[in-house]
Amino acid sequence: MSFRKASILPGFGLTFGFTTFFLSVIVLLPLAALTLAAASMHWSDFVHVVLSPRALGSYRLSFGASFLAAAINLVFGLIIAWTLVRYEFPARKLIDALIDMPFALPTAVSGIALTTVFAHNGWIGRFLEPWGVRIAYTWLGVTLALTLITMPFVVRAVQPALLEVQRDLEDAAETLGAGRIYVARRIILPTVLPSLLTGFTLAFARALGEYGSVIFIAGNLPMKTEITPLLIVIHLEEFDYQGAAALGVVMLVISFVVLFAINLLQAWGRRQQVRAAH
Amino acid sequence: MAAALPAAHGGDLTRPGQHTWVHAIVRWVFIATSLAFLAALLLAPLATVFAMAFQRGPYAYLESFADPDTAAAIRLTLTTAAVAVPINTVFGLAAAWAIAKFEFRGKSVLITLIDLPLAISPVISGMVFVLLFGLHGWFGAWLRDHDLSIVFALPGIMLATMFVTFPYVARELIPLMQQLGNDEEEAAITLGADGWMTFFRVTLPKIRWGLVYGVVLCNARAMGEFGAVSVVSGHIRGLTNTMPLHIEILYNEYNFVGAFAVASLLTLLAGLTLVIKTAIERTGYRRRR
Repeated sequence: MSFRKASILPGFGLTFGFTTFFLSVIVLLPLAALTLAAASMHWSDFVHVVLSPRALGSYRLSFGASFLAAAINLVFGLIIAWTLVRYEFPARKLIDALIDMPFALPTAVSGIALTTVFAHNGWIGRFLEPWGVRIAYTWLGVTLALTLITMPFVVRAVQPALLEVQRDLEDAAETLGAGRIYVARRIILPTVLPSLLTGFTLAFARALGEYGSVIFIAGNLPMKTEITPLLIVIHLEEFDYQGAAALGVVMLVISFVVLFAINLLQAWGRRQQVRAAH
Repeated sequence: MAAALPAAHGGDLTRPGQHTWVHAIVRWVFIATSLAFLAALLLAPLATVFAMAFQRGPYAYLESFADPDTAAAIRLTLTTAAVAVPINTVFGLAAAWAIAKFEFRGKSVLITLIDLPLAISPVISGMVFVLLFGLHGWFGAWLRDHDLSIVFALPGIMLATMFVTFPYVARELIPLMQQLGNDEEEAAITLGADGWMTFFRVTLPKIRWGLVYGVVLCNARAMGEFGAVSVVSGHIRGLTNTMPLHIEILYNEYNFVGAFAVASLLTLLAGLTLVIKTAIERTGYRRRR
């Protein structure tokens, strides 16, 4: 079996060669440098950096806040997607377009703007202050920033799935006496569940690595409001390249595991779609 | 509410009036929740950018751009995007041609590897170049001996930007070209056109909206990238500060008018990006992912 099938189209050598060369230089070689820098450490040094109390504190915040942010988006993303797909209201198209804003807006802008709004004297923060709720410079602020940054994932994953829910199926169920809750649970939820979980996982993965928006609102206190990417930057600023590389490898491995989970979820979603079509 | 609940459990379909009433409430609650969530998390911050930028009036706003360091940051961001975006566009076209037009082994691995930078924390994306080209990095000593600097200088900023924006054009074009098929290209070749002519006359017109779409998103990320660039930049005022990094410096100096003035430019860029993106989607071009 040959490497590729014959084709009358030209340009395979040129385009494939350029693609693999550029990919290797810009992406693969730098990532190899990271892995080798961590691999050159003594095993006990690696463990010392990766399991230090400060590192563990940063994992706790990064994982906890990312999970919470993805969960908030799971709920509100589904509500927003449903609203945009099923209801007609003024400015619906404008709001639909605005959903992608967190992807287009630089994270530093999101960070300073969100901090200003939720600071104790900010537009929203001033109403929370009397209740003793502090968002800026606490873990709540970290969660909020991650919620904003990852907001489009669930909405954009669920919207096409909601459009596919067969409305005649819903109508038929209602005609047969099924209530709205029954229809939601037995017809709508199974159709959107794979994309809902995919959106959740994409949001979680993106939140884990986020840096720009978080550092402004976090306060950045070690053990309390210091995320793992910030801890990496601190190691780099102290010229501790190996320590930074060790933490980087931990994050890299976690991203790959999450990426693998996303692929599994998407495969599951496609199988569900095929089953629904029959 | 209690009186309305039974309607939600069927059986009350014979009383359609009550049923629509429940629908109306559910509808209202959904729309109100969505709008409140978006207003607090998205619209309030967007409005704040402009409110803060103009808090001392339009004159102070405009004056903040007279600062030479701010002007230098804007120039650096434009220069970086002017290099990174075209290179990644050429890469995206090449990758899409190789992947969509030919069948070869390991194709899905190649697609996964191209998407890789999207799965990686921006901080790591910057750090890899420090490990390669930093003073204590692989090539650090060699670069120092030859009086070259990559990290804490323009090349490092460009490399980090290229890394994070690497997949944008490719991942837009690959599924589009796969979907459009090869029939027309094969016909052109059979009729005697050469490869370049086929590409410019047949393929490019077909994929033009997808190309613009990818380039616009690539550009938005290139101009707005913070984490990766922050790690390699060294934060030298007037020299290696891009617009997002300059925002951080001004903000930490409590120069809020200056910080939000620069932020307002990036917000307008994000708005323009969304307008172009939405306009392309209205032409019938839809995301298929």
